[in-house]
Amino acid sequence: MPILAGKELRIVGFLCNWCSYGGADTAGVGRFTQPTDLRIIRVPCSGRIDPLFIVKTLLSGADGVLVSGCHPRDCHYTSGNLLARRRLEALKRFLPIIGVEPGRFEYTWVSASEGQRWQQVVQRFTEQVHALGPSPANAIFGACGETAQDKGGSSVAI
Amino acid sequence: MSPFDALKEKIKQALPDLDYVIGWQQGFDSLHATPLFMRTPEDVDRLIWNPLCVHNLSTYLPSLKGKKVGIVLKGCDSRGVIELLQENLVERENLVLFGMPCSGVVDLTKIRRKVGDLERVSGVTIDDAALVATTPEGEVSMPRDEIAADKCLVCQFHNAIEPDHFEGDPLPPSTGADLGGDELAMLEAMAPAELMTYWAKQMERCIRCYACRNACPMCVCRDHCIAQSRDPHWLTQEDTPREKLMFQLIHTMHLAGRCIQCGECQRACPVDIPILALRRKMDRVIRELFDYQAGLDAKATPPLSTFQVEEANIKERRW
Repeated sequence: MPILAGKELRIVGFLCNWCSYGGADTAGVGRFTQPTDLRIIRVPCSGRIDPLFIVKTLLSGADGVLVSGCHPRDCHYTSGNLLARRRLEALKRFLPIIGVEPGRFEYTWVSASEGQRWQQVVQRFTEQVHALGPSPANAIFGACGETAQDKGGSSVAI
Repeated sequence: MSPFDALKEKIKQALPDLDYVIGWQQGFDSLHATPLFMRTPEDVDRLIWNPLCVHNLSTYLPSLKGKKVGIVLKGCDSRGVIELLQENLVERENLVLFGMPCSGVVDLTKIRRKVGDLERVSGVTIDDAALVATTPEGEVSMPRDEIAADKCLVCQFHNAIEPDHFEGDPLPPSTGADLGGDELAMLEAMAPAELMTYWAKQMERCIRCYACRNACPMCVCRDHCIAQSRDPHWLTQEDTPREKLMFQLIHTMHLAGRCIQCGECQRACPVDIPILALRRKMDRVIRELFDYQAGLDAKATPPLSTFQVEEANIKERRW
């Protein structure tokens, strides 16, 4: 039985190459079942993540964004996740002012050996986003990637 | 000699060693001041200092690197200079800072709401209590605190920070409510979807003129702004609320921990979009998290450029 019955939502995960991506792989190798709403984008380090990636993702209609990196003190590049932590925390507290529910964005730390923990993180975050339902961004701003014709622009037969 | 005359005298004395001194002059009508670049003593006689001097002149400084310039500063503008010094975008030895105590500037939007159309105002007199505008219907007297820019009502920095020349008696900080507290409380009371709709509606008016960026003293990328870059292609040229809000969020994020709350972005906006609320929220977050305010200490490190292994105010997010 699927962990979450019902319609899938779109959740984007930015995962650090050195820890969390490995952790997700470990979870897969360990055959831990996970919800399938999450699409993973692998980045070299959580410090690579510009908070604007997350803003853009959410404005473009993603229902949730998860960022996961190495545990503090364990960064492959010494301090990328510590810098990321400040930026992500500031972003997390800022997002509600543009109408994004706080629960749609989370960041956490998962190491490469923590397959079990990865399963829990994905499951909890997916449940949290499902509790909020689909993001209102598409309804408010229009579906992303619409062409000019979809929006009533010049209609040229293709 | 009045403090203002003393200031002009100081500028005249300093001029021979400088390329020019930046200040304000009377603009195209009685309600507007415009920036003034003083090169000769005669230019200095055109200098004005009154509540119409709204522009933050520190915006000019990053593009003047290498020139020796003087600049006349209000307290809030001087935070811009400090922040630019902190980021090595200007050189202290090439700057001469002139200051006077500032009792606040006007918000032309508030005046417009009172008189209808700014073009109907043919003359203005200003004293400590009120601004009196002459209109075809007669004189309209507006108390200063009703037309003051919001930032001035709760100003903590009436006097320029670390000026080279300061004339007049420093003013004590105003005591008042939290800056923009009411506006933020109004926004935070909205339901999330309603709030997002609010911003989408506001952004419909945006004409993408980028005046908010160009007036911002901390927006220093200018020709390399990612709003116009095609690689990476952050924004398209579409005039959709999504793209416009994204631009505002780019601006806000790039100013996190650097914004000096001078309010120039919103003042410069020709369609009065309340974009300052976004900067104020971010400013509040930065103060909560890092107990830091931009533009007060030229030696400090911006909080998002550094870290502590154990953060005092960030709870470790372990699920």
